[in-house]
Parts: sequence; C-alpha cells; structure tokens
Amino acid sequence: MRDRFFAGLLAAALVDPDLVLITADLGFGAVDEFAAVRPAQFLNAGVAEQNMAGLAAGIALAGGRVFTYSIANFPTLRCLEQIRNDICYHHADVTVVAVGGGMAYGALGMSHHATEDLAIMRALPGMAVAAPGDPAEVGAVLTDLLAGGGPAYLRLGKTGERTVHTHPVDAPRGTSIPLSHGGEVLLCSTGAILDNVCRAAELLELDGIRADVRSFPWLDPLDTLPIREAAGAYALIATVEEHSIVGGLGSAVAEVLAEAAAGTPLVRIALPNQSMSVVGDQEYLRGAYELDPESIRRRVRNHLEAHRGLASQIR
Amino acid sequence: MSRRLADAVRRHVLTMTSVGRSSHVGSALSCADILAVLYAEVLRVDPEQPHWADRDRFVMSKGHAGAALYAVLAERGFFDPAVLHRHYQNGSYLSGHVSHVGIPGVDLSTGSLGHGLPVGAGLAWRARQMGREWRTYVLLGDGECDEGSVWEAAMFAGHHELGLLVAVVDCNGLQSMGTTEDTLRLEPFAAKWESFGWEVAEVDGHDHEALAATMRVPREPGRARPRCVLARTVKGKGVSFMENQVLWHYRPPSPEELERALAEVGTG
Repeated sequence: MRDRFFAGLLAAALVDPDLVLITADLGFGAVDEFAAVRPAQFLNAGVAEQNMAGLAAGIALAGGRVFTYSIANFPTLRCLEQIRNDICYHHADVTVVAVGGGMAYGALGMSHHATEDLAIMRALPGMAVAAPGDPAEVGAVLTDLLAGGGPAYLRLGKTGERTVHTHPVDAPRGTSIPLSHGGEVLLCSTGAILDNVCRAAELLELDGIRADVRSFPWLDPLDTLPIREAAGAYALIATVEEHSIVGGLGSAVAEVLAEAAAGTPLVRIALPNQSMSVVGDQEYLRGAYELDPESIRRRVRNHLEAHRGLASQIR
Repeated sequence: MSRRLADAVRRHVLTMTSVGRSSHVGSALSCADILAVLYAEVLRVDPEQPHWADRDRFVMSKGHAGAALYAVLAERGFFDPAVLHRHYQNGSYLSGHVSHVGIPGVDLSTGSLGHGLPVGAGLAWRARQMGREWRTYVLLGDGECDEGSVWEAAMFAGHHELGLLVAVVDCNGLQSMGTTEDTLRLEPFAAKWESFGWEVAEVDGHDHEALAATMRVPREPGRARPRCVLARTVKGKGVSFMENQVLWHYRPPSPEELERALAEVGTG
C-alpha cells in the first residue's frame, strides 16, 4: 500500500509544483525517490511532528497542497491539536498520511499500534478520513485526495498487502465498494483487514452461509445509504476493523442503524478497548485478537445461529 | 503614526475587556506598541485586499492578546472599529482568542500556545519555495516559549535559513502563575535563540523607533538567519495600576477602573 501511495504521489508532484511532501524523519527507502526527483517539493521536518503539522498548515495557507507522512500515531495523535486548530479550523489543504495502520508494526509494540486513529480523526470537524483496503483502493482514494484536497487523513497498511480487487476500482470520497451481492450476511470492512474479511467470507461459504463483503475506504464521509438499505436486506450485519471497538467503523455503522431504527442485528468485530501488550507480528496479533479469517468466520456464524435460534423461539 | 495607533489600541483594549468582561488585558497592553509599530511601519499589508498574495504575513501566536490584534486591524482599516464593542459577546465573531473566521486581516487563528512559529515557518518556507519576498512575522509571548513546539520550529527555521522569518517575543516576564524566571527559567534567552541559528536583537518593547529598526528585516532573498526580536516589555503597560501585575492576566477592568485607566492612556 505504501509503495502504491508514493508512486501515485510522485506522479502527481511531477505535474503539480504546489504539491509538497513533509516527513517527520521517517520513510527510509520509501520517500527517497520523491526527495530525489522533486527536492524543492520535499521537506524533512525532523523528529518533530508538531512542527510538521504546523509547517503543513503554513504552506497550505499560502497555496501549497501538502501531504504529511509518518508512521503509526506519530502524524496524528502526537500533533492532534495542530491538526485540529491549524489544519481543520483553517480548512487547510493538508492530507495527513500514516503508514502502519492497526497493528502493522506488530512486534514493535504498543507505542506503534495505530488503533484509535480512525475514531479520533473522525471526530475532527472537516476532516475526511480514508482507510483503503488494498493497494487498488489506495490508488483510487489517492486520486480523490489529489483532486479534492484536505483536510484529510489517510491510513495506510504497510507493504506487501494482497490486491483483493480483481477489477480496477473507483472510490470517490464518501463511497463504499461492494465486492459481492445477494448474500444473507453483510461483512463491512475498513482498512487493510479487507483481505481477512474476504477470506472469512470464503470460509462462511463452506458453512453454507453466503456473506457479502463491502469495503469502506472512507470512514468520513461515510456511505450511509447502503448501510440503511442493508438493514432490510440482510439477516446480520458485521463490521470488521483493525481498530479499537470505540469510535471506528462499527460505531459509525451502529449510529446509522440506530438512527434508521433498524432492528437488524449488528456484530462489531474490532480490537478491545484496552492497551495491547501482547508481542508478535501482525498476523500473530490479528489471531490473538480474533481478527484472523477463522475467528471472523466463527463470530459471524455464532451470531447468525444465535439470531436464528432467537427468531425461531419468537415464532 | 505608530504612537497614535498604540494609544488607540490601548483605549480599545481597555474598553473591550471591560465591556466584554474578558481576560488578558495586561497581555494586550504589553504588546500594543509592538503591534502598532508592525501595522504602522513594518508590515506590507493592504486593508483593501486582506488576502493579497504577496502581503507580509502576521501570526499572533500569543492569541490570548487577541483584543489587541482586533483593535489594530480595525484601526488600520481592515474592518469598522465600531464592531470592536462586540468583542467577547454572544453571537460575535470576536472571540477572546484570535479567530480568522469573519475577520479580515487575520492570517491565523490561535489561542493554544506554541502553534504560531511552526505555521510561520511554513509560510516563510513557502515564500522561498515560490521565489516570493513576503516576510512572515510571528508574535510570541515569553511564557509561551515553555512550549516545545516553539523550539521545534526555531530549530527548523535556523537549519533551513529562513531569513525572511521574524519572531518577536513579547518579554513581559510574567506568565499565568508568576514570573517567567520562577516558572521555567528562560534566561539566557538571547543565547538560546542564537544557538538555534537566529540573529537576535534585544530592544525596549515600548520604544517605537527601536522596534521599527529591529523588526524591519530587509527583503533580501539571500538572507540566511531568521531574526528574533526580544522585546522587553511591561505587562499592563500604560496603566499604572495594571503594570507588572499577574492579576490583570485574568481580571477585567470594572467601569470605574476603566475610567481611571483611560485617563492614563494618551488620546493620540
């Protein structure tokens, strides 16, 4: 995902001299080409994220179109107030980019898990929030960000993610992408967990449960219409995210369903609201926190069966 | 002209904080001369075109003294001084801390300390990137320099040789709970800025000629070192019973105190 992002960004920078990339001293090997090809449009703010966000606001207020870049929580939480006051309040054309969304930095530990970022960025006024599901969605979301500008937050996975989409995708701001239709269960996914969600759907098929997958590369603005329509069309809606259960996709979908007064059962599959001290790589941690395909399958199947049992009792 | 402007700013600030029952009158009075000199003698701005692309930029990083900025902008013709009486009032645009929304001439909204210098560095870097000659001025409080983000930006500006960036520090020696030296020692303050790659001038922050001479940085694209002007000021300057009193960081003047204060301030 990271490489797709930088390829797209450099291509845009070649034709747009106002586009500026600022890193807070991270991206070794990743930002090098951009820095070499477009040195006048590249800045290293130093290990100084507040400075990076403030610089970005200043450059944007003078006509620049700025992307700030760092890993995990450094470009978001470390300088949250600069994003809120200097970027959002001024509608500055700044896109904050974090690589390593969720637990992508695995064994580096708790400090490097970006697991509350979506909730916090989503709460900021005027902030578009994107968490593309695979490299193809990264390209599509970036196309929109380059056209529509910031304030925006782009959460990337890391590198080496499988491209889930078999066809080219479009993801204009505020849209979601259905990967299948006609099932009895809807699996809503955001961010790089999409691959696991698709694998879980394949496993559910073995259980005789047809599960549709819909990817939400945009958390804000949220594509609410398909959620409201899903309320009447599916027996169960599940949300899956590599993020705290507080404030992310599950919360957003719950808000929509609650306001629609839909009775459709919802299961939110996410990380518990606790600090995570387990050590391991991303795949291990996903397993430990039940975000692996088998765990997703089990939880969806159990909820569906419980709901069916309840429904038959009521009858 | 700057003297008259400073007097007008002081009268506005006293009235605004008294009528609005708002805080920070002492902070606003301490920087009234700096703002007056900037807007009368130094900044290249055009009240008819507040968004003019080549204007000098001004960032009021010590946003709690917003009343003084609003007053100087109104006096310079960016908007009608008659609206100043709406400061701090329900439904007004003029909040206690600086907001740009609905107010011509404000380049940056501030209020949380330590934000202005990074943004100012961005504005200055952008000018150089575009080959333009606008200068960027940031007014900070001395207590504000407790914020680490100030020094992140100071290091950046020194390293990147942003010679058209000017940081003016309103050094009134007082912050929220007491003196700056008792809270977190700033001195040797000039040496700190110098060690970050800045050229430093120390002036009496109420001496208009000295302020104008040190704040007027030449528009030379080759200038390397950003400039820091340490303006030694008196908090509450111009009103005897407010000078050097932390109390006036908080308390609004009563109607009777306003009358006494206005009698002490020049009428331009």
